[in-house]
Parts: sequence; C-alpha cells; structure tokens
Amino acid sequence: MLITMTLNGKKVADDVAADTLLIDFVRNHGCLSVKRGCETANCGLCTVFMDEKPVLSCSVLAARASGHTITTLEGLQGEAAEFGAFIADQGAEQCGFCNPGFMMNAIALFREKQDPTDEEIKEYLAGNLCRCSGYEGQLRGIRAYLDWKKQREEDAQ
Amino acid sequence: MKVVNQPLRKKDAMQLVTGQPVYVDDVTPRDCLCVKLLRSPHANAIVKSINKTAAMKVPGMEAIFTWEDVDQDGRRYTQAGQTYPEASPYDRLVIDRHVRFVGDVVAILAGADEKCVDKAMKLVKVEYEVLEPVLDFHTAKDNPVLVHPEDNWESLAPVGADNRRNLCAHDECGNGDIDAVLADCDVVIDRVYHTQACQQAMMETFRTYCEIDTYGRLHIISSTQIVFHTRRIVANALHIPKSKVRVTKPRIGGGFGAKQTAVSAVYPAFVTWMTKKPSKIIFSRVESQIASSPRHEMEMHVRLGANKDGIVRGIDLHTLSNTGAYGEHGPTTVGLSGHKSIPLYGKAEAFRFTSDVVYTNHMSAGAYRGYGATQGLFAVESAVNELANILGMDPFKIREMNITHEGEIMPAYYGQLNTSCALDRCLARVHDMIDWDNKYPCRDMGNGKIRAVGMGMAMQGSGITSMDVGSATLKVNDEGFYTLLIGAADMGTGCDTTLAQIAAEVLECPLDNITTLSADTDWSPYDSGSYASSTIYVTGKATEKCALELRGKICALGAKLLGCDKEQVSFDGREVRVEEGENAGKTISLSDIATASMNGNSIELQATVTHSSEISPPPYMVGAAEIEVDTETGEVTLLDYAAAVDCGTPINPNLTRVQAEGGIAQGIGMTLTESVTYDDRGYPMENSLFQYKIPARVDIGKIRVEFENSYEGEGPFGAKSIGEVVINTPLPAISDAIRNAVGKRFYELPITPEKIAMAALEKK
Repeated sequence: MLITMTLNGKKVADDVAADTLLIDFVRNHGCLSVKRGCETANCGLCTVFMDEKPVLSCSVLAARASGHTITTLEGLQGEAAEFGAFIADQGAEQCGFCNPGFMMNAIALFREKQDPTDEEIKEYLAGNLCRCSGYEGQLRGIRAYLDWKKQREEDAQ
Repeated sequence: MKVVNQPLRKKDAMQLVTGQPVYVDDVTPRDCLCVKLLRSPHANAIVKSINKTAAMKVPGMEAIFTWEDVDQDGRRYTQAGQTYPEASPYDRLVIDRHVRFVGDVVAILAGADEKCVDKAMKLVKVEYEVLEPVLDFHTAKDNPVLVHPEDNWESLAPVGADNRRNLCAHDECGNGDIDAVLADCDVVIDRVYHTQACQQAMMETFRTYCEIDTYGRLHIISSTQIVFHTRRIVANALHIPKSKVRVTKPRIGGGFGAKQTAVSAVYPAFVTWMTKKPSKIIFSRVESQIASSPRHEMEMHVRLGANKDGIVRGIDLHTLSNTGAYGEHGPTTVGLSGHKSIPLYGKAEAFRFTSDVVYTNHMSAGAYRGYGATQGLFAVESAVNELANILGMDPFKIREMNITHEGEIMPAYYGQLNTSCALDRCLARVHDMIDWDNKYPCRDMGNGKIRAVGMGMAMQGSGITSMDVGSATLKVNDEGFYTLLIGAADMGTGCDTTLAQIAAEVLECPLDNITTLSADTDWSPYDSGSYASSTIYVTGKATEKCALELRGKICALGAKLLGCDKEQVSFDGREVRVEEGENAGKTISLSDIATASMNGNSIELQATVTHSSEISPPPYMVGAAEIEVDTETGEVTLLDYAAAVDCGTPINPNLTRVQAEGGIAQGIGMTLTESVTYDDRGYPMENSLFQYKIPARVDIGKIRVEFENSYEGEGPFGAKSIGEVVINTPLPAISDAIRNAVGKRFYELPITPEKIAMAALEKK
C-alpha cells in the first residue's frame, strides 16, 4: 500500500506491506537512531513523535502514520545536542542504546512541563528503560539542564 | 593528576546522545541474508527427521541447515569466552541432533528477508523423539537421564567434570580444620540459600553480521565483549582455521557479561561460510530471554560459626550450581561464590568450600556481572546478618569486628595479600549515610507500613590472576596526536575513554589528543576481552606502561634531532627539551618530532605493551537499604540505597559513579523482581520484558554512592576494578531490611510481594 508522511520535515512516500511497523519504516528511511529493545512496548527505545506526541514506533503501523508528521532524533539534532551534553557530563549515556528513545521522551517532557519535579520526571519517563545507568545520572543530567535553562532565561530577562 | 581522576566526558558521548548510527545493525548492510533459528519446543529430544522441502520453496529462501549439515562426530566447542585452557567443556555442536533445552537450535534458516524466513520457519517439518528432561538441579547429579551422553563430549581443564554424572565441574578446597572449629563455636548458622537465574537484559539483544572480505576470509562484526575469544570459538565451531576469521566489534548496546559468550556469532558465521554471502542475525527479545546466557542458578549451604562475642571463626560453604544444557562459564562462576565471599571475614580460623556444577535441561547459563560472587555474597552476608540478630548485635558492629584489613593474608582468596582495602572506611561511611542508628532495625509508620533498614558487604576481583592479558598500542601521528589501539571492549563502560585518560596522564596531553580504536582481531593488540573486572586494572596497566615506553621513544627521537643523548632530555607533553650539556635549553616540539618521524627516520614512534597481573586486588563495597513494606500487600518500596565503594583510584569519577548506580539497580532487580523460571515441561516463563521485570526509574527510590579510596600499588594510578562489585550488596541488604520489617528472613530470591504478604499473614 502507498503511504505518505512528513518524516523529519521531508515528504516521504513509499509502497509498504500492510503489516509494516513504523519502527521498520523509519529505519528503512535512514532514521537509524530509532532502536528496538523489546517488541512488546515495554522499553521505550523506539519512541518517536507522531504529530509532536511521543509514540512507541514498534506498536504503530506505518500505515497508521500515513498523512501524519513523524519526528525522530535525526530531526531534533539541535535539541538532542543541547540537552544531551548534560547527560554526557554525567557519564549517564553509558552504552547509548536507550538514549534516542530517552532523549525523545525527555524532549517531549521539556516541551510539556517547564519546571517538573523529580517525581514528575520519573513518572513521565517511567516507560524508558535503561539497564546501564541506574537512572540517577540521567536525573542529575535533567536537573542540571533544567537549571541551566532557567538561568539562561533569567539572564535574558 | 590532570586527566586521571577527572570527571571527563566519554569520547563517544555526544555521538550516543544524539543517536548516531554506531551499533551492529546500523553499520552493516541491510540487504544481506536474514538468519533465524528454528528452536526446539522440547527440553530434551532427538530430532528423528526433518523435512525442509516445502520451506525451501518459499521465494527468497537461500538455505536451511540442519544437523545433517554438521558432523555429529566432529569435535565439540564451547561458546564461553575464556582463556586457554578453557574451563568450560567442549559440549556444543553448531546444530546437534540431540536438542537439550526449549530453545536449542534445530535448524538455521537464511533468506532474502525476515518475511520469507518467518514463512519458511513454519513449513519446516520436524519429528522429535521426546526424552525425559532433567529440570530440577537438585536431582541432576548421578541422574539416570544424562544431558550429555555423547562420546565426543570433552573437558579440557581439570575441573572435576564428568558427563556420565551430569557434572560440569566439582571442586573442594579449604584451610584449617573446619569441622573442629565449628564444633567449638558457640553459635553455628546453618542455612540453605537459593538464588535464581537472571537475565542481563542489556537493551541491545545479541546480534552479529558476517561477510567474506576482500581476502576470502570470514569477517564477523558482532556485539561482543570478546573479539579474540570469538575468533577461536567460531573457528572451533566451524572447524576452519583461525587465520580465516576476523572479528570486529562496533559500539555495543550493553553487555554485563552476556556478551562474554558467543551467543549469536556462530549461526550467521555458518551461513556466510557455507553460502559465501553476507548474513545477519538479530536476536528477538524472546530469544534473548529464552536462549541466551543468564546468571547461574545456585543453592548455597552455609555453615557459619561464631563465638558469643561475635567473632566469625569458620565458614563452610557448599554451592550447587545449575549450568543448564551447556557448560558455558559453569566451572568458573561457582568458584567466586566462595572465593569472593568468605575472605571478607578475616578472623576466621578455618574455611571449607565445596561445589558441584550440574547439567540440566534449562538454557545454558553464562557470565553475568558478579559471576558467582553475587550469589555467594547473598548467602554469606545473609548468614552474618542472621548471626547478628541471634547474638543481639548490630550488623555494622559485627562487621567492624570481623572484616579483613589491608596488609592481611586472605586464606580463602587464594592466600593473596590484601594489598589495598578501605572496607573499614566504607562501613563507617554507609553507617552515617543511611543514618543507621536512628533507623535500625525498623519503624512502624502506621497504616500497615513499616520502614526498615538492612546492610551487606561485597568484594570482587580485578582481573583473573596470572591469566588475563591486556595490551595497548600507542602511536604518534601528524602534529603529535596519538592513536591508542586496544582489544578491550567498551560496552558503554567507557574504557575507550578511561584508558585514554591513563595514556594522556602519562603523555601529559589533553584527552582529546588521543584517539581510541577498539576492537578488531586483525589490528588490536591481544586482549582477553572486557570481563572479570579486568579492563581498568589489567589493560589500564598495560596502557600506562605503554605510554611510558612511548615517552622514551619520543625523547629518543627528540634527542637525536636536537643532537644529544636521550638521557639529556626531558619531555613535558609539548616539547622535548635539552636539560644538560652544550645544547641545554634547546627544544623541539612534539609536532616537529612527529613530522620528522615521517622523513628519513628509523626510530618508531609507536609502542605496544602487554600486561598480566599475578594478583587480583579486590575492590570492596558496603551497601545499606531503607525500604518501606506494606504489610497488607507485601509490596516493598525502596526508599534509599546508600553505598560506599573502594575501587582504588577512580580513573573517571563520573563513570565509576554511574557504574555503581547501575550495578545497584541491577542488584535491586535481582532481589525483588527478576527471575528466570520454567514450567514443568521446561518452558521458560519470562520470555519478554513484560514478564521479566527489570527496574524502571520509579522502582529504585534514591541511590546514593560515595567513594572511599584505597590505593592499589599494582593498578594504574592506584586503580582497581569497579564494574562487577557494585551489583552484589543489594541482595543481602534489601533482604535483611525485609526481615527487619516483617520479622521473617527469606532464603530464596526474588522476594516478591506474594511471599512477604503470605509471611505477614502467617505471623498474624
């Protein structure tokens, strides 16, 4: 079946099998940041934005995304680098395999909530598993990033 | 120190956080053969017949290999990544007619894409002669049903293996007269502890790509911790010369020991060698759960004797370990259950440690962070906590009275000297961090909630004594930047960076002046691989020595260019300076030396150093947990986990901290939720991350880690290992906290809400 979508700002059209999953579609279109960790919608690694909302691309048919706007970390390199630097400064990226899904959902969190509490951060990102870091370094990185952003805004005023 | 002990960013960090394509499936072609494995539905069976005619008719199918394509009388091999003489028995064939666990390989299918292979998989017709399986590891030894009845089973090392008894290994050792000592003790804790199999559950499942390279050799690109061992394993499995095999690792999406076994490599290797076409296997999460290399299930019988004053006088430990259908890491993991738990108690007059490792029809176990020490420490530390309860002593106090100290000989640790140890300081630190005196043992919060604390200690090793080999090659390039070549595997641990930090410290240059490359069997200097907590201590020392040697060569060439002897010059990382003689004060920059090295030069600006250590200095750790138990539901909420680690000098404090936090989180999972279990047919029950519950960020409370550094003279800049010791303390600490909350001690992990709720009910 023919599907079309806007993938990281570019129109993409392709003929796909009806059972093609969005994760495989975007990987086949060069978005290799998107990772598969479980196949059962548990790990959060495959998180992408569909019309600005985070979805698990392993659980969305490519056909369902037809006509929609899909964003992967390839399309958010500026934000990824800006926030990611704070994760890097904790050494919390570790093996890195869960990073793209984590970054996507964290970026969604930052867009949704200006000043989240630790509990809100943990709840929002509960579906993003990481086996390396024990999560504390990620939390420190998020806090440091939010503090930096706040400071930057205060400085601008 | 300017670079070592600094919290520097990992060299690959920004690539990883921005999601660059650096892993096996990202860097290898997509248009290659898709390899999948038809797996046995039976725990023990003989393949009577297998018909692949219909399956091969599926368009796109390239090949289906079965036991008929593998010499059943050929030499067997092991998938364990270990140094010669390999302790793990040679008990595998690539495809064996006799399948030994649910998930064992019946056929290898290769086709143009996943779809056609999936379709063909359903069309392969297999007739099995189903045999009775051995599913209870208590009954495995001398069971009439043999997991490995075949004649070509082979044990290469003297580990007490006997396939006619379902024995993968047996060992006995000791010091002093343990029976006499225990008979003379005021109190003997006599308990049996059971730890379950657990999955490493790294986020990137097992995966390997293979192709035939320019020279007709088999090039394997695999997510592995052990490139050199994988070369040997694949050559052994395929019965081809090792010279025909090259193994490369790109970035690895986590390992934790899982990838110290060549779980996935041999199958696409077989396909590519037979078809000469590129192929790739990506294990599904189901496969990574049911046919992989989890922690060995162990049962530990501890008899721990003490006097009323709290002095531990003797420890007698018998460990029964379940290696599953194949012996990967079976003979070696079990040893750590005793050798890395008993030595913590430095006052003991005697010890005995005996062990049996048995075959069963479960999936093969393997290496998982902690490697037997985790299991043994749960048993011994829990026994000491129980001793403290019985004697009415504080668990911290009883440790303070008993622990090993720097400068003491450790009889149960191969008689080695305790060369560096801050365990006493770790105890004091954690005692304060958790506010022990105000919280021990418990506080009733009302509403059926009880808060309680518990603690435990741990040790590990730093590499395998006189066995592990680490190497480093350093060279000077244009303008004086360096290349560091290693065979160790950065699996997220950061050793590409930490080893470069060591080199940069010696070469007095910024970290960015060093590029690290790893790992490839064709161009990396030999390294056993990244396991056994060896990388920083063994390969790190090789790197330090290598950098020192390279400094000498830079000075030699610099001196020649300056017209003096190399003994007359110094090097400060930027320039070589003449310190004495007629040219004193003259300098030449590293950049100019590097340029000169490429013109009419015969002094190589390159060095390779190999290192092995005759000791394995233990890192130490103390952890304490504060939990809240809901006595109605049995739910345990972890509130706080405080830990202090002695890993010698932390080479990169950020990375050592995250190692510790990550290890603690895995230990929490093992204590409370994670378990690999089987039904009565031998079918694994937890085949997804739904059923196999690893901690999410809402499950771990707060993890706090501090460091109490000793200085290890044999390690690079005083460093010892960090990677494994950190997983061990949550098991005894959390289980003791649960005991302090509900009054019942659990001897079997994981301690689920059901068990706690039932215990609370019984108490009522």
